[in-house]
Parts: sequence; C-alpha cells; structure tokens
Amino acid sequence: MNPRNMGDMENPSAVGNVGNPTCGDVMRLYLKIEGDIIVDAKFKTFGCGAAIASSSMLTELLKGKKIADALQISNQAVADALDGLPPVKIHCSVMAEEALKAALVDWEAKKKAAET
Amino acid sequence: MQMIYMDRVAAAALRPEAIEAMTAFLHDKVGNPSAHIHSAGIAAADYIETARKQVADLIDAPADELIFTSGATESNNLAIKGFLATKTGGEVLVSEVEHYSILDQSRNPFLANFKFLPLDVDRHGIIDPDQLKKKITSETVLVSIQIANPEIGTIQPIEKIAEICLASGVPFHTDATAALGYVPIVIRDSGISMMTLSSQTIGGPMGVGGLYIDKPLRLRPIFDGGNQEMGLRPGTENVAGIVGFGAACRGAGHDLSEKSARLASLGKKLWRGLESGIEHVEFTGHPEQRLPGHVSFWHRFIEGESLLLHLNMKGVMAASGSACSSNLKGADERDLRASHVLTAVDVPEEYCSGSISFSLDYSNNEHEIEYVIKIMPEIVRRLEAMSPVYEDYVKQRENRE
Repeated sequence: MNPRNMGDMENPSAVGNVGNPTCGDVMRLYLKIEGDIIVDAKFKTFGCGAAIASSSMLTELLKGKKIADALQISNQAVADALDGLPPVKIHCSVMAEEALKAALVDWEAKKKAAET
Repeated sequence: MQMIYMDRVAAAALRPEAIEAMTAFLHDKVGNPSAHIHSAGIAAADYIETARKQVADLIDAPADELIFTSGATESNNLAIKGFLATKTGGEVLVSEVEHYSILDQSRNPFLANFKFLPLDVDRHGIIDPDQLKKKITSETVLVSIQIANPEIGTIQPIEKIAEICLASGVPFHTDATAALGYVPIVIRDSGISMMTLSSQTIGGPMGVGGLYIDKPLRLRPIFDGGNQEMGLRPGTENVAGIVGFGAACRGAGHDLSEKSARLASLGKKLWRGLESGIEHVEFTGHPEQRLPGHVSFWHRFIEGESLLLHLNMKGVMAASGSACSSNLKGADERDLRASHVLTAVDVPEEYCSGSISFSLDYSNNEHEIEYVIKIMPEIVRRLEAMSPVYEDYVKQRENRE
C-alpha cells in the first residue's frame, strides 16, 4: 500500500471534512485552487485500506481538473479508477465523493467571504 | 522478505507431523471407512480410530466420547442444536464473547422455543462465576462458555464454571477452539458435558474438528442420512483431515506445558516491546489469564486494517477484530459491525476498528518478535501522519499547552 498525495497542505484553498470515527472512517481533503483549476490535492484518512485507496485515487483524479469537471466525479468514477471495490466497501468511495463536495462547498463559501 | 506468521487463532502453520501423516494416508490404498466388509474399508476406519485416540488423549477424554466434524462451527452447531432437539424449551446461557456460530443460533427460527440469555464479561473479558450461579434457574437447559477468546486472548475460570453447572445439574458446553493444544485441558472428572475442538488452530489441516460429548448426554444429529460418527454426524468422514488432526494433537500434546511456557514468555516480550515502542495503545484481554503467545491491543488514532496492510507489506501477518476486514464478503456496509468482543469489554465503539491481535504458535521465534517490535513504531508513525483524527488530537494538545 503506497498511497499518493497523503499528508498536510500549507494554506489550502479549501478543506473537505467527512465522516466520524464512530462510523469507522474520517476523510479530510485539502485542495489548492488557482482560478478555476485544482492545482494540488492532498488527503488524510482514518480508515481501512479501501478508504485510504479511495481518498488517494480521488486526489489523483482531481489534480489539474477544472472545478466544473471535478463536480462530475462520482463515487463510481473513484471505484472504477480503483478497478472496482467489493460491495461492503462501496461506502468508502461514496465518502471520497462526499469529501470532494464538502471541499467545494468550503471553497464557494471562502470565495463569497472574500468577495464581500 | 521473511514471512512472519502470527495469526494462529485463525489457522496455525501446518505441523510437519500432520503433513507426514496425511501424506502417508493419501498414498495408502484405502476405501470408504463405512465399508467394514473389505480390508480397504477397515484400513480407513483404523486410521480414524487411531486419530480419535490421539485427539482424545490431548484432552484426557475417553476416545469413544469424541466425534469428528467439519470444524468448530459445525461442532458448536451440533452441540447446541443437537442437544436442544432433545428438549421442548427453556433458557440457554451463553457468554457475550462467544463465536458467532454460538451467538447467531439465538436467531434460528427452529430454536424459537428457547431463550438465549447473555452472560456479561468484565473489562478483561472474564465471566464472574457468581453471575452464572445467579442466572441459572429451573428453566436453564444448557450453558455455553468458551475456554479462551481468540480476539482478546482471555481465558475463563472454566473449572469453577464447570463445577457450578455440575452442581446445578445443567449441561455445560465449552468451545475450546482457541485453547486446544496451548493450555492443558483435562476432560475427565471436569464436569464438562461437551467440548468443541478445532484442528486448524493447533497446526492440523483446515476443514476438520471434533466434539466431545459426555456419555450420558444424548444429542440428535443435525444432518440426517447415515450412521457415521456414532450416528451423530452422517456423511463419509474427511479421513485425510482427521488423520492430520490426530497427528497434530499428538505433536501438540508432547511437552505441552514446557512449550506453552516458552510461548507465554515470547508473548510477554512482544507485549512489553509494543508497550514501550508505541504510544496511544490500550491492551485488551486479561493481563495474566490469557492464551500463551497472544497479544492484542487497539490504537486510538489508527484503523486496524490499515495497520494490518502495512504489517503485511513487511511480511508480518496478524489479525484485526475490525468489522472492516473481517466481513469483506458481506452484501453491503450493513454487514460491517464492530467486534462484539471489543464492545463487550467496553472498548469505545469508535476505537473498535483499531484492534489488532498477534497470536503466536510453536513455530515463532525470538527474532521474529524482535523484528515486529522494530518495525511497528515506524508503521504507526506513518499511519498517524495519515490520520486526521491524530492531527486533531495534536492540535488540541498544542492549544492546551
């Protein structure tokens, strides 16, 4: 297991937090956004191998993507990129999608706050 | 890379004497052991009877009170269902840390006339014999409590439990799967009515087990259609497996207390090494009353499965009590549940996924223990760096300071 893009990010443009330890998984996604491009993505995950793989794959899929294209990334896309996940682990890819959505909501909020 | 196997409660390394005995059997020209009329059939039946004696000797039980099954799950099912089939209703007392092959029978519609009542364990996983005494009533028809728990290693005060059951006239079944071959077991005069045995945990082949049944006790078979195994387990016997099981028992019984003491000291070394080498861990199970060579713990900030994957990459194989890794074949995430053993010993549910257990067998050595102690801190640091829960903890700690 050698996850890519694992770790902290200095001054991220957006952060997405999902899950809680009681459910067994916590995912934190950091995005660096310039203009409408995601130039960097990093993650931290407390969870099983599939949860770590899903977050790592999500960050790989995100790097260099336009925000509008990133919005199209579904849990299925993450699972497919991993060559599929067993049924009990589908929720790990759902979590990755949720982390992405949470980060983009955070980014919108920060943008609005900066505008006003 | 060296392979270090430390998951013997799931299946121990196959013993050389088991391989040898099975190979010899497979090369022999034998028939169906039920074909008593010809020499080939009789030869196969002889193999089974030799193995029966070998297994019975390990638990100091009469050989004619032991039958072979396909494994511990079947033995647990036969013990409970086969016995309850001779009763019309009543209460069954089971510890809350039993294997699912005991616990899930409470939901079986065919056993609807029986009420399964749980016996609580303390934070070390031990049953208080006084609790058992209080819970046995005129309605109680059977008690089932394991000798040792595979996940947290705790050994129950089984002699006291058996005494209480005997004095109350209630049959007592015990699942000896994790204990057989690692702690001395003496059936004779113990008051134990039935005992589940497994081959794979002592270095015999998988797919074979046994059930000891005290002679006066009557069971009904749960399969129909044959007279094999004293009429209690119809179907042609897994003779090669039985031969291997017998040989493994003979090997395991040789110098048992000496080997078990050596294993206990290896386990203590691992425990101490992990305790001093990594932070944020809590050890589970009873510190003294435990299986020799069994070490189990949970980590506050790390999920058990990711720890296992990293250990596996370094050639070390251990087990997790985490729902995630133990139920990969479930239909969906509802099949993932926190370990009932860990919740029973009051591990907070959010940490139940971080549980790890190392179970050593007689093939493990000191160098392997040292290797695990050496690689563990590095793996833990890497996973802590990956953990948002750990990040939050560090931030909170910094704020406090």
